[in-house]
Order: sequence, then C-alpha cells, then structure tokens
Amino acid sequence: MFFTVTLYTALAIFGLGLIYKMSTWFRYKIGVDARKIPTSTRVGMAVKGIVSTLFSVKIFTLIKIFILDVILQVKVLRQDFLRWLMHICLYGGFMLLLLLHALDKFITAKLFSPYYSTLNPFFFLRDLFGLLVIIGIAIAIYRRFIVKLPHLRTNAKDSYAIIILAIIMVSGVLLGGVKITSYSSYQSMVEQYIFSGDEQELKSLEAFWVQEFGVVSPTVRGPLAAETLEAGKTLHEMSCAECHSRPQSAFLSYGVAKAITPVALGLDRAGLPAILWYIHFLACWVGLAYLPFSKMFHILASPLSLMANAVMDKDRSQPANIATRQVMELDACTHCGTCTSRCSVGVVFAEIPNINILPSEKIASVKALAAGKALSAQELRHIQEGIYLCTNCRRCTVVCPVGINLQDLWFNVREALLQKGYPELGALSPLSFYRGLMREGVVDKYPEPLLRAREAVAAACDLMKRRDAVLPLTPSDKGFKTELSLSAQAGTFSVCFGCETCTTVCPVVANYDNPQEALGLLPHQIMHSCGLGLRDLALGSNMLWDCLTCYQCQEQCPQGVCVTDVLYELKNRATKQVKAKVMG
Amino acid sequence: MRFALFLGCQIPARLNQYESSARAVLARLGIGLVDIATFNCCGYPLRNLDFRAFVLSSARNLALAARERLPVLTLCKCCFGSLKKVAHLLKEDASLRAEINTILHREGLSYENEVGVRHLLSVLFHEVGVKALRERMTKTFAGLNIATHYGCHALRPSQITQFDDPVAPSLFDQLVDATGAKSVSWPRQLECCGAPLWGVNDELSMDLTEKKLNDGKQSGAHYLCTACPYCQIQFDTVQQMISAARGGNHHLPAILYPQLLGLSMGIDGSTLGLKMNQLSLDNIENFFVVPQPPGKAAGGITKEAEED
Repeated sequence: MFFTVTLYTALAIFGLGLIYKMSTWFRYKIGVDARKIPTSTRVGMAVKGIVSTLFSVKIFTLIKIFILDVILQVKVLRQDFLRWLMHICLYGGFMLLLLLHALDKFITAKLFSPYYSTLNPFFFLRDLFGLLVIIGIAIAIYRRFIVKLPHLRTNAKDSYAIIILAIIMVSGVLLGGVKITSYSSYQSMVEQYIFSGDEQELKSLEAFWVQEFGVVSPTVRGPLAAETLEAGKTLHEMSCAECHSRPQSAFLSYGVAKAITPVALGLDRAGLPAILWYIHFLACWVGLAYLPFSKMFHILASPLSLMANAVMDKDRSQPANIATRQVMELDACTHCGTCTSRCSVGVVFAEIPNINILPSEKIASVKALAAGKALSAQELRHIQEGIYLCTNCRRCTVVCPVGINLQDLWFNVREALLQKGYPELGALSPLSFYRGLMREGVVDKYPEPLLRAREAVAAACDLMKRRDAVLPLTPSDKGFKTELSLSAQAGTFSVCFGCETCTTVCPVVANYDNPQEALGLLPHQIMHSCGLGLRDLALGSNMLWDCLTCYQCQEQCPQGVCVTDVLYELKNRATKQVKAKVMG
Repeated sequence: MRFALFLGCQIPARLNQYESSARAVLARLGIGLVDIATFNCCGYPLRNLDFRAFVLSSARNLALAARERLPVLTLCKCCFGSLKKVAHLLKEDASLRAEINTILHREGLSYENEVGVRHLLSVLFHEVGVKALRERMTKTFAGLNIATHYGCHALRPSQITQFDDPVAPSLFDQLVDATGAKSVSWPRQLECCGAPLWGVNDELSMDLTEKKLNDGKQSGAHYLCTACPYCQIQFDTVQQMISAARGGNHHLPAILYPQLLGLSMGIDGSTLGLKMNQLSLDNIENFFVVPQPPGKAAGGITKEAEED
C-alpha cells in the first residue's frame, strides 16, 4: 500500500514536472527576436516542424544522430575517453537496470519465461548492470572530487545527481546482500514454496542453504554432515532450484553477504532488509519525482537537442522553432564543462574573475534570465560583461556533446542584455567584429550599445565638456601620471616632445576634415595630456576608441614613444573606471 | 620543419578556406603542422579592455607551444602581432613573467625560454624560399595584377614583429610575383584594412576600407591579396556590406595568399575553398597561361618573374 501510494505520488509529480518543464520550452523567451513570437505560434510551428521533418529525408539524419550521438555518444568519445566510459556505464547500466529490474513485471517477465529475479541470467545481470552504474559513479566522483579537472566546476545539481544515483545503487546492492544472509527471508521463502511438513527435511534444506546459499541461521551452522546436505540438496532441487539460482551469480550482493555474515543475524533481527528496501524504493521515487527539475532532465532534453540541431539551420529554420530550441537547449546542458575546457577566452577568468566568462557557468545565468528571474542591476551587468568577453569562435558549439548551439545562444542573450541599457565597454573592442558582421540581423538597435559605451566614458570625463576651462601647466593629477609612468605599456609618453608626427601619420585623423570635432583630442594631444596628468582629457577622447591600432604613429615616432601602446593603456583605464562606476 | 599551427578564433568560425588552403600548400611544401587543441584566443580582442588578460592569453599559448618544443605558425596577422608582443614582454619583463607563470603553473604550464612565432608568409619566404616555391608550381599566371595587403600587426611595431622592412616591405610582393602574377605598387598598400573598427565604428571602418579598395582599383589591381582573416573578411564580406550600404564602384575581390599560391601549385579549387569567398574568384583562372612541361615551366616562370 505504502509502496503503491508513494509510487503514484512520485509518478504524478514526475508527470506534472515534465509538463511544466516542457511548457517552459514554449513559454520562455531568449533574445530579442523571441519576444515577438507568442507561445501559441511556437507550439504550432514546433508541431508542424516535427511532422514535416519526420516525413522528409531528414528522418535519416535523425536516425544517424540518434545512433551515433545519442546511443553511442560519439561526440563525447571524441573529447575524452574516460568521460565517455563514465557516461556509457551510467546511462547504459541504469537503462538496462530500469528495463530488466525496475520494470521487470512489465518487460522482462513478458519477454522471458520463466522469469524470476533470483534466477540466472537475471540474477547475475542485475548485479552486472549495477556494477556498470557503480563504475560510472566512481569515475564521476574521481573526475569531480579527486582529480578536480580544471574547468569542471561542480554545483549542487551535479552533486545531487551523483548522490541520488549512489543511494539507489548502494541501497540496492546492500539489500541484495542482506537478503542473501537473511534468515527471515529464507523462512518466508520456505513458507511460500515448501509444502513438506517434515521437520528433518526442512532442517536438511536449511543446512544446504546455509552451506551453499549464504543464509545465516540462528540454529544451523557448520560443520554439517554430508548426508544432511545431500538430503537438503534433493529437496532444494525439487522445490527451489527452478526459480532460485546460486547467489554467487549476484556477485556484488554475494560479496556484501560474505562481508556481513558475522553480524548478519543481528542485522536481520533489526529489520535491515525492510529498512534497505524502503531506502531503495523511496530513493528511486525521489529520483523519479525530482527528475524533471534536476540535471537528469537532460535524459530527455539532450537527445532532443542533438537531433533538433542536426536538422535545424539558423538561416532556414522558423524563428519560432529556433526560439523554442534555444530554451530546450538550456535543459539539455549536462554541465559537463567541455565548452569551458575549450573556450578561447576562458583563460582570462584568472585575470577577470567573472564566472560568466565560462560558457558552462554562463548557462546558469542564461537560465535565470530566460525564466524571468528578477536579477539585480549588478548581476545583469556582470552577466553582460561575461557574455561580451567572447570571440564568437564557435568552439563551444563545435565541442558540445549534446549539440547545443551555444554561440547563437550567447549572441541572442547578449543582444537582449545590451538593450537593457547598461554600458558595455567591450562593445568598443574587436570583440564586436562578429556583431558587425551580423548587423543586418540586429539592425534596429545596432548603434545603441556603441553610443552608450562612449557616453559612459564621456560621463566619467567631465573636463572634456568644459572647453573653456583653464588648465594648469603643472600635473594636476600626479597619481594618474605616476601610475601611467609605471605601467608596462604606457611609460614612454613622458618623452613626447610634441612634434605631432603621430597625428600627422594617423589614417583616422586623416579621414576627417575636422578631426577634433569627431575624435576629441588627437594622438599628440593625448600624449601631452598624460604628461600633464589631465586624466579626463587623456581618457575622454573618442580618439581612443577610434584608434585602429595600426601602429603607424608608434612606428614613426622620432622619440620612441609607444603611442599605440599608451592608447591601449588609456583604454584599459577608461574601461576600469566605467566598470567601477557601473558595477558599484 | 614543424610548427604548432595557431588558427586563432576567426578562421575556424568564419574563414575555413584559409585553413584548408594553408594546410594544403604547407603539406606540399613539406612543412609539418601540429595541432594543439587547447590553444586559446591570442588576446588581441581583449587588449582594449585588460592588458593582463591580453598577456595571459598569449602567454598560455606560448607555454603550450613550449611544452611541445615547437615554434608557432600563425595565419592571422593580429594573432602574430599579439604573440610576438607578449613573447617580447615576457622576455624583457621578469616580474611580469613571474606573475603570469604563477597563473600558468596552476595547470602545469610555464613559460621560460622564448618560443619562436612565425607568420605563414615569413615561413614561406624564409624557410621555403621563393626559388623552392617556383619549383613546385605547375601553372603560372600572366597578366594578373595583385595588390598585396601587408597587414598592420605583422609590419608594425617593426622592432617587435621583425616581419619585414616596415617602410618598404617586399616579402609579400616577392611571394606573389613567384606565381607569375604581378604585384602592383599602390600608395595605400601599408595602411590598415579597417577591420579593427568593424563593429565599433562602422562608418569610419568603411571609409578606410573604401579608400584602400579605390586605391587598389586605380592602381590597376585585379585582386587584393591578404594573409590575415581580419583583413580578408574585411575586404570580402565587409566589402559586400559596404557595396550594399554605399554603392560605389570599387569592386575589388580579395584572395588569400595560400589560395593564390595553391592555384599555381595545381591544388584543386575545392581544397582551396575558392567558392567560400563571398566575392567571386571565378575569373582568376583565366589568367593562367597554358601549363608547360614541369622542367621548362619552372624555368619559364623564373624568367618571367625576373623580367617583371
């Protein structure tokens, strides 16, 4: 009764969770384009898309992907053999246990006759499959907690997945072991299957089971007489052998049984078989009920993501379906860290400690954004910075074992974030090159982030606006000047003697009829501002951000001033200044 | 010779033909390439934002190459410039090197001795040599005018990049001439392509690109030739966008040097990814003169190039 009630409760939560989670695929909106598409359109388009794909040649692509990437996990194998072995053990072992053992009434018993869980090969296979899962768990623990692979960050969801699986497996194996030794289990089997009332015969059977099957009896123990055992064997073969193989086949449980033999009687009296049974099935129910909300949901979402990405194309697929797929992909992520281990800019996390630089961690922030979670301005800016520190090199997308199109995801989220209006200085760097190439798709709000970033710099450089201000001839910000002199790339400004060669050879300056109007201070003036310690003037010119870094100025400076490098240093400082202000 | 091939971020994502053509050409010339999957961004795009992040990025790549005891071969001028700059900084600045090494040590890497950083063009010019290149050619161009675009970050700062004479470079022109094509002289040859500002200040970027295109066209070039993904994308994809936005008749398609070289070495167009360029390269093969028997052809090309 308790078993059934809890099972149906778990199933109900699982079912409702599944519906809820899958509904988010159609409800949540990622990026700018998705905002315009109503949920109903997305559902309709998804159905249409799935049906039309299933009845087209693309079905062969789907089958291929299903076999190679879902069943055989070739993508994982290409990255890392140990991880592949771990995952094959975990999902292979668990799936087989589910079919053979958990659903035995519905599957194994229907396919094979006679079926008894205690009969070989089922008895043996259950432990074999269990061993696979346990090997998988061991590798997972080894990777996450012992060698602590770089870039493999473990969060609560990862730990939960390992713990719940471990509880299910360990309780199962222990239960098997305790049941082998359990005298009460033995007695109930005798009551159920032995119809002889002969005391002597029962004693001999018990002796045989103690000797051969690992049962720990309170009364019968060795050494046992050969004829008693022979008689027991005869009865065993008549009444038991048909549905109970020798427990040695269940090698894991038998190992446990041997280990606990000295204390088995006490454990049995304490009701351990029942306790373990409760732990085992309740852990299964918890795992089942919580599955849609845990990392395990990837069991469903990852294959879908792999297959959807195999047949979808950014240019040809319906925007509604892309919007849906992008939300689904968030659930497909298994937090395996492959993307982060291969991320082109992940290395800079050591210098710019923003967790959102790392793609595997960025996913959590994107999930929060997609779910419409209320994030503080500071959190949003943090995510924006992390997501902008990306060269759009596509590596994360190429290596993702579940086929998530991460690059498109970042790009979409980035555009939506930029529209929230926080200045992003990364926009004024070559990191914007790809955005420029993609400008046709983002055209309506394309220039805004660029203008906003420049405005944020200007807002911090008040003196630039006061054209009539009287400037002192002695350094006005000695600290600034000293810092610059000591920096690795700007020190040479001090030898500038104002010949204007840098400005004369600058192709950007040459591009304008009135360069000062467009650029603010020109290169030689900026060098001079550094010398005078005029922070606002040094940092506040458009010239900094319009510098091509073509090094003409630096190459031709007769004084050896590293003009381009000084401009780089000033950009770094302006960036830090704005960052300190907006990040608080 | 063996090099660790440094592809950077742009080529695998947006310019696969550069990789395939460079690999094909280098394989025929007996230059061995080793792929290091864990290479990261060179740091160039981060340099505006954070100097240390820039240094760390390049330093890690150099350390990875050092571990394999290989010099680095880059296809991108910006990667080349960044790696060169950081190699120089780490050599000169012991305290910076120590600080960066502290971070690298966390993953078992370190950077102590200088690692060679070479660009594709300098390897072709110095390691293979123009003479050896000519010997490998099966076809030769005639009447094809090429405007070579050197790329800023290879040329300058010359003290650090040591690529060629920063004022009057000739390495790229000689490499182009070796194919039988004629490298034309054009006033804006050494100026920037405009790519560093694409996405940052598109109007300015377009101005600079347009000036170069017009200049190349007026100087009689049929094609621009590049050896950097940023320059190539700027002259190819962005040129297309400029034409759409501004019109104008500066149409001047760009070809990557290994594509040009590969063609004259007889490598097929699909390996060279000719069709992957946005602006058509279809006409370039019209400039081939009829192939001659190998021995004669080699001599013929040399003579013709010398006459140029």
